[in-house]
Amino acid sequence: MTVKEVREQFPILDTTVYGKPLVYLDNAATAQRPESVVAVWNALVRGCNANIHRAVHKLAAQATDEFENTRNSVREFLNAENREEIIFTSGATASINLVTFSFGEAFVHEGDEVIVSEAEHHSNIVPWQLLCQRKGASLKVLETDENGAIIPEKLEILLSEKTKIVAISHISNVLGLINPVKELVSICHKHGIPVLVDGAQGIVHETVDVQDLDCDFYAFSGHKLYAATGTGVLYGKKKWLDKMPPFMGGGEMIHTVSFSGTTYAPLPAKFEAGTQNLNATPTLVPAIDFVKSVRVSKDVEAEQNAITEYLMDVFAQDARIKLYGVPRRTGEKIPLFSFSVEGAHHEDIALLLDKMGIAVRSGQMCAEPLMDRFKTTGMVRVSFAPYNTLEEAKSFVKCLYGAIDMLL
Amino acid sequence: MSLEEKKQQIIEDFGQFDEWLDKYEYLIELGKGLEAFPEEKKTEDRLIKGCQSRVWLDCEERDGRLWFTADSDAIITKGIISLLIDVYSGCTPGEIAGDDFGFIAEIGLRDNLSPTRANGLVSMIETLKSYV
Repeated sequence: MTVKEVREQFPILDTTVYGKPLVYLDNAATAQRPESVVAVWNALVRGCNANIHRAVHKLAAQATDEFENTRNSVREFLNAENREEIIFTSGATASINLVTFSFGEAFVHEGDEVIVSEAEHHSNIVPWQLLCQRKGASLKVLETDENGAIIPEKLEILLSEKTKIVAISHISNVLGLINPVKELVSICHKHGIPVLVDGAQGIVHETVDVQDLDCDFYAFSGHKLYAATGTGVLYGKKKWLDKMPPFMGGGEMIHTVSFSGTTYAPLPAKFEAGTQNLNATPTLVPAIDFVKSVRVSKDVEAEQNAITEYLMDVFAQDARIKLYGVPRRTGEKIPLFSFSVEGAHHEDIALLLDKMGIAVRSGQMCAEPLMDRFKTTGMVRVSFAPYNTLEEAKSFVKCLYGAIDMLL
Repeated sequence: MSLEEKKQQIIEDFGQFDEWLDKYEYLIELGKGLEAFPEEKKTEDRLIKGCQSRVWLDCEERDGRLWFTADSDAIITKGIISLLIDVYSGCTPGEIAGDDFGFIAEIGLRDNLSPTRANGLVSMIETLKSYV
């Protein structure tokens, strides 16, 4: 498949804003949806809407099949050992909160420690803070190096017998650096400590094999992976999920209910309380198909590499621009670039770029501790998807220079 | 100039621009021209909540009229706040309380008026009104 053929699957890319062609570079916040995803979404709402798992009628059976087949696709995509390890949620944030409540309830107690890195998204910090507050545990912070990269040796020093879990991102949403997750997991396991990986960005850009990574939990959202909003996945190793109490009660998560005591459904239903996002979750199937198809495209790979090479050059040559998350080696960074311009505010740059048709993200990127780490009040971020072109990257740079000229 | 005249003047000024970028260029110029705001006044209680950029607003009352000074670390926001304080400085609390701030939409900054937008023009207006 060529980049042009990829683009054709996304009619929204033909949008104009303020009379200018849209250049959408906010993919790390949410990606656009291909026609195949929209088609499944529509078809389920229009032709196959019934509540799943319980009713015996035909429509319910079809809807249940769509939902449960999605679990099979996700299992295969992650190479999880079995389908019971795939829990559907509303997104990465919900997945992480599920673990902090449920794993936290069973395994984290007063005086215990939880470790997160300083390069985490707020969604992988605040739920752990809340857990620590509830339990009287303490949150330890793994510092990154000067580029924001995680150094495995530093993690090992921080581990103690009080450490109950380590939560770390696969790829930082601010820096775009790919963390050595497999190595980090191996270090933690040597000490008997489980690891949750926030895969919100990782699942989009890396081939994830949870058995190879050996992580205990892997959380991601559907909407960054070209699927419908309000979909998400928590992968959890069965040995942990079995020992964890339910997070929310009600709906399909029960086995028998009585006032003298309720028993719970086996995995995965135990963690899927209430009516599921049954029209949207099956969009993960065409989304995964789409991702697989672009991953084998030489043309897409060449274009993405050309974009990265071009922008790394531009940022390196312009002394006014400071790029965060500079990789030590090529291949350690996804096409995601957060930067600031000396003397120009990130919000001003984003407002001007918007009026030129370029959609970027500005601000603290849901990562205030990392902003503090780099002593900045905010950054501008451009994040690329397989439908973005080198031409768009060049157009962005031209507009960025225009904006800087207006501001300085 | 009365409050209405000042607003009309701004609507006319912005009326010359067809292009968004020209409006922003004008706001940037206004921002750059805003009277200096003393560093010691950049305190937490003068900081407006809900803006992506930091905005400080101060107000003094003299002879029954309100006089505003402000600053921001972002230049376009500074331009917008400069517009606001030019219009509303010298007004009585009653004039400000009775105003609908509709001229902001008329000059095409309606997008910036959304209460959920991080650039927080609504927060600026609410803070300005809080002095009434």
